[in-house]
Amino acid sequence: MPFYSEKVMEHFQNPRNVGEIKDADGIGEIGNPVCGDMMTFYIKVKDNILEDVKFKTFGCGAAIAVSSMVSEMGKGKTLDEALKITNASVAQELGGLPPNKMHCSNLGADALHKAIENYKKKQGGTK
Amino acid sequence: MPLICIDFLDFIIYNLGYMKQVYLDNHSNTPIDERVYNEMLPYFLEFYGNAQSMHSIGAKSKDAIENARTQVANLIGAKADEIYFTSCASESNNLAIKGIAQSYNQKGKHIIVSSVEHFSVLYSAKRLSQNGFEVTYLPVDKYGLVSPDDIQNAIRNDTILVSIQHANPEIGTIQPISEISKIVHKKGVLFHTDAVCTTGHIPVNVNDLGVDMLTISSSLMYGPKGTAALYIKKGVKIIPQIDGGIQENGRRAGTENVPCIVGFGKACEIAKIEMSENYKKLLNLRNRLIAELPKKIEHLYLNGHPELRLPNNVNFSVEFIEGEGMLLFLDQKNISVTSGSACTSKSLKMSHILSAIKTDTAIAQGSVLMTLSKYNDDNDIDYVLAEFPPIVQRLRELSPLYSYFIKTGKRQIAGPGTDYEHTYEH
Repeated sequence: MPFYSEKVMEHFQNPRNVGEIKDADGIGEIGNPVCGDMMTFYIKVKDNILEDVKFKTFGCGAAIAVSSMVSEMGKGKTLDEALKITNASVAQELGGLPPNKMHCSNLGADALHKAIENYKKKQGGTK
Repeated sequence: MPLICIDFLDFIIYNLGYMKQVYLDNHSNTPIDERVYNEMLPYFLEFYGNAQSMHSIGAKSKDAIENARTQVANLIGAKADEIYFTSCASESNNLAIKGIAQSYNQKGKHIIVSSVEHFSVLYSAKRLSQNGFEVTYLPVDKYGLVSPDDIQNAIRNDTILVSIQHANPEIGTIQPISEISKIVHKKGVLFHTDAVCTTGHIPVNVNDLGVDMLTISSSLMYGPKGTAALYIKKGVKIIPQIDGGIQENGRRAGTENVPCIVGFGKACEIAKIEMSENYKKLLNLRNRLIAELPKKIEHLYLNGHPELRLPNNVNFSVEFIEGEGMLLFLDQKNISVTSGSACTSKSLKMSHILSAIKTDTAIAQGSVLMTLSKYNDDNDIDYVLAEFPPIVQRLRELSPLYSYFIKTGKRQIAGPGTDYEHTYEH
């Protein structure tokens, strides 16, 4: 049996929404290179909706697939809906992750939530 | 003309969509030499007797084992009755470390190992430390070398054993074993070396090395899995770790794995004849990778010693990306490699070897280990040199660390504002 599901491999090989947003409304970062995984999410918000989501990820196959899946799940959703995406639901969408990858690499939803928090903080600051 | 033919064949192969298989994980397991395989075959269906039986079919097995024992002994300059067959190199290391500890515990309860040993040495030592022994773990320098002075200083009156590997399978560094063994013996202490990745590949002679015990693995020198050996110098007392019958002169009980032992012997016989030729070939292929990869990929750092290095070992850290991604993409191209990154290990810990040589933690995540065999050739190297750089580029385009570096010229450790200087020299 291969280590990763077909869906994980598909996202790993063809990750969606890779990149940075220059004038991002929110940026969320999680992990660090020392522990092996690091994800940076950029969001663009319009009318309370995630108009655009982009990411850059340093990490294993799972970390890259998770980032890609989160970006896809988040894009087009309202902020409240996006905040309901959990690491577990991302893993589920990917057809499961190997048990030892569930905690270390499955941090995409957290990174997206951080970007949304960052956006909300900025909004609060400008009010 | 033959060269043109090969090129043409490669052209056809690529265009028909067949992919080459380039196996570069020979420190985990080498392929079996076909001659070894053929030698083993009769011992499955024809000569199936137990070597301890009195009848003639048993005697066939007994003779085959003794022949193999001589073949193994001949390769390392030992006497046949100093070779003890085990089931794997881990068992050999366990037998050496625990067997000596139990045998000489009246003399003392202190042993010395290096911090870059295989887990079968490190965990045997750890087990002993749970049973009243003291263990000194020697550090290594940035190339993975143990200092003979450190050994000299670490030996105490109650030291009974020093175990230092001949070469490291991961970073390829070869230790100055004959120098170390002289120091150890001057102090009247026994010396063991784990020579799994050198035996059959570079000259290994127990007398020149001056060792009391030496571990050899069949499956790392084109022989089958399921058998290995421990050389035990005559006069060294060792307590068996598997009790039972009288096999292996009472030092290792259990029905002998005859087909595999026969294959192991044959692999040693072939190695003795072909080693120097293979050595030249491997060295050339290894040096090509070490010289040419950095020309195609920027920010690449060689792990291990540049000269005192196994002829088949290439270990690079590729900065800004993580090893598993490279491993998976290379696997898609049918190139089999390993990595010392935390993500690729089942324990999710970075390789203890890369920790011991104090590799920058972030950079260690990008380690890629390529170990060659005699079955690799220049076409394989060309293939790797063509396929690997685009994979690195693809992963770097995904990497936040790389884009930060490109923008600022600085290295980022944990988010904006936390630049760090890594410990590697360019």
